[in-house]
Amino acid sequence: MRIHIQNGRIIDPSQGLNTIGDILIEDGKIKEVRETIPPHTPLGKRGRRGGNSPDTRIIDARDMIVIPGLVDMHVHLREPGFEHKETIKTGTMAAVKGGFTTVCCMPNTFPVNDNASVTEFIKRKASQEGYCTVLPIGAITKGQKGEELAEIGTMRKEGCVAFSDDGQPVMNSLIMRRALEYSKAFNVPVISHSEDLSLSEGGVMNEGLLSVTLGLRGSPAEAEQIMIFRDIVLAELTGGKLHIAHVSTKGSVDVIRNAKKRGVHVTAETCPHYFSITEDAVKGYDTNAKVNPPLRTAQDVEAIKDGLRDGTIDVIATDHAPHHRDEKLREFDTAPSGISGLETAFSLSMRLVGSHILTFSQLIEKMALNPARILQIDKGTLGVGSDADVVIIDEKKEYTVESHKFISKGKNTPFNGWGLRGMPVITIYKGKVYEW
Amino acid sequence: MLNNKDLLGIKELSVQEINLILDTAAGFKDVLGRDIKKVPALRGKTTVNLFFEPSTRTRTSFELAAKRLSTDVINFSVPTSSVVKGESLIDTALTVQALGADFIIIRHASSGVPHLLAKNLNASVINAGDGTNEHPTQALLDAFTIQEKKRKIAGLEIAIVGDIMHSRVAKSNIYCLTALGARVRLIGPPTLIPENLKAMGVSVFHNMEDGVKGVDVLIMLRIQMERQGKGFFPSTDEYSKNWGLTPERLCLAKEDVIVMHPGPMNRGIEIVSEIADGPKSVILEQVTNGIAVRMSVMYLLSGVKR
Ligand SMILES: [Zn+2]
Repeated sequence: MRIHIQNGRIIDPSQGLNTIGDILIEDGKIKEVRETIPPHTPLGKRGRRGGNSPDTRIIDARDMIVIPGLVDMHVHLREPGFEHKETIKTGTMAAVKGGFTTVCCMPNTFPVNDNASVTEFIKRKASQEGYCTVLPIGAITKGQKGEELAEIGTMRKEGCVAFSDDGQPVMNSLIMRRALEYSKAFNVPVISHSEDLSLSEGGVMNEGLLSVTLGLRGSPAEAEQIMIFRDIVLAELTGGKLHIAHVSTKGSVDVIRNAKKRGVHVTAETCPHYFSITEDAVKGYDTNAKVNPPLRTAQDVEAIKDGLRDGTIDVIATDHAPHHRDEKLREFDTAPSGISGLETAFSLSMRLVGSHILTFSQLIEKMALNPARILQIDKGTLGVGSDADVVIIDEKKEYTVESHKFISKGKNTPFNGWGLRGMPVITIYKGKVYEW
Repeated sequence: MLNNKDLLGIKELSVQEINLILDTAAGFKDVLGRDIKKVPALRGKTTVNLFFEPSTRTRTSFELAAKRLSTDVINFSVPTSSVVKGESLIDTALTVQALGADFIIIRHASSGVPHLLAKNLNASVINAGDGTNEHPTQALLDAFTIQEKKRKIAGLEIAIVGDIMHSRVAKSNIYCLTALGARVRLIGPPTLIPENLKAMGVSVFHNMEDGVKGVDVLIMLRIQMERQGKGFFPSTDEYSKNWGLTPERLCLAKEDVIVMHPGPMNRGIEIVSEIADGPKSVILEQVTNGIAVRMSVMYLLSGVKR
């Protein structure tokens, strides 16, 4: 089976490509990428050009953008344990719809992915039911309790690509130090959910005038910034690989920028909601705008954009956190945090291109190439020989977000009703074509 | 006319609406002075008191207001309800509505719960205190009391003393009194007065003597004992020494100052008994006015077109 994508604008930062051209896919791999590949005459089995091959599917990508499949290094697929929120099947289907062909799932499931048998379960389930590549992220500590290191080496062998206690910080500085040290043996990044719990205690939104006037407990920006600073200092001490999850404040961007200047091995991600909306979305007690870290101020949003522009922030991840409707339809204080993000992330991020914060190529770096590099996986590229994970974008297509139509079980989004522009129209995963 | 079917907070009201409620309350206060204290205005309507936090005084005040307007009243309080069985808030509220409630008076420890119910129910939702957000009828009855005593609110110097951060009464009072043109001061320890509140056009004093100087009205807030030990202040004794209302401090205020308290009081902590029971105190009048103001709110909400 061959797929011949014709006349698309191919943008692949891994090869510095930004050109009109063709891509030929064969047996689930990228076979050829060049200006024009002769139509209907792909190389035959014996090396000669064949005729009109019924085996070849032609995709006309004129006026479309062709990019490598996106890599989301921060999702919650909820399986095992919380299948009413999401499953590996529905989560990966939503990913493919959103243009992602690789997702990395956080370990805060039940049971926690803190041992190789859970990792193995996720991998097996994903290969049976998944629509895209699922790479698990293992827990740093047993039960994500922050007390004892989990079997990082064994989980690494089973397929974990990074380690994080996401949802919870590792409060104990000594344990975090050990994690950064120990993980060096396996050359894997440690991902920090940066939150000083003693400072953020009980906070359900950003601390500020708005939290006071809404009567909601605020979590100060400093609770995030302090922890990022601690982890950067520990990364300096140990030489471990540190990745900062969901950066949301100006102070955090400043701390990371300074660390990078000093040459510390640190990378960072943010999520579309942190550069698209502010804490104002919480007004009216909309639990769909409850997320951790919380939505911040306009000043923070600007700083996040600056961080994306100057490279301080390497990655855009979704922190896809689906919840059941009933769980969000309750008191703001007790509703769970999280936004279902896979199906809006690309369009929201494309607004950065529209407002000249990123070039289209830089956007693909942040959403495909950089996460693949941080995780050292052979994804996020259209290089010949790599998996045929290809997404075709109609950058002019306008649509309205309708959360009830999400493929994800989680309809929890503060972007419902938003008019957006630019979306994936075809996602090819290992040569299999999904179209909408 | 009020613009919305619900009373969620003072934030959501215009100055015209606040004045309408206060003017209408004056009429109901006359009714309360009569021998027969009941009017048939809302006969046939049903009021449900849905209290997730115990509060005898507020619940009783709403109950009396509802009865004086001739509505049927049901008290749906937490210990006897299905809430303890783990029923969700929204299911409880829908059940109450299905019982035929026209007015749902809600008190809840979480901010925003009245807003959640208002969005999901057809009944008029009246906020009787939500978390640390608002307690709008308390602010309205305070404004009514001040207006009655001082004949005006605009231009008055009004101090609110105590745990501003956690006080829904303080929040509603700040919105209400500043909207009506008063100059509002907040007095208390820095840990209990968020710095960013200054953006709301109030002035902040951490020294009680400085703050009390020259005020027309003093609103004392109840200090929650559980705040000590959480780092907000070291002990009620130290709090009292620094921010309690004593006769010496009261002397610094204007000669004709009035002293208010939403109750229940911690006598000897935020206020000494000789002031609470003294000639400058209007604390019991606040209670009486509360009924008139709540009647006014219910009466006006019943006229809102759906
Ligand atoms: Zn997290």
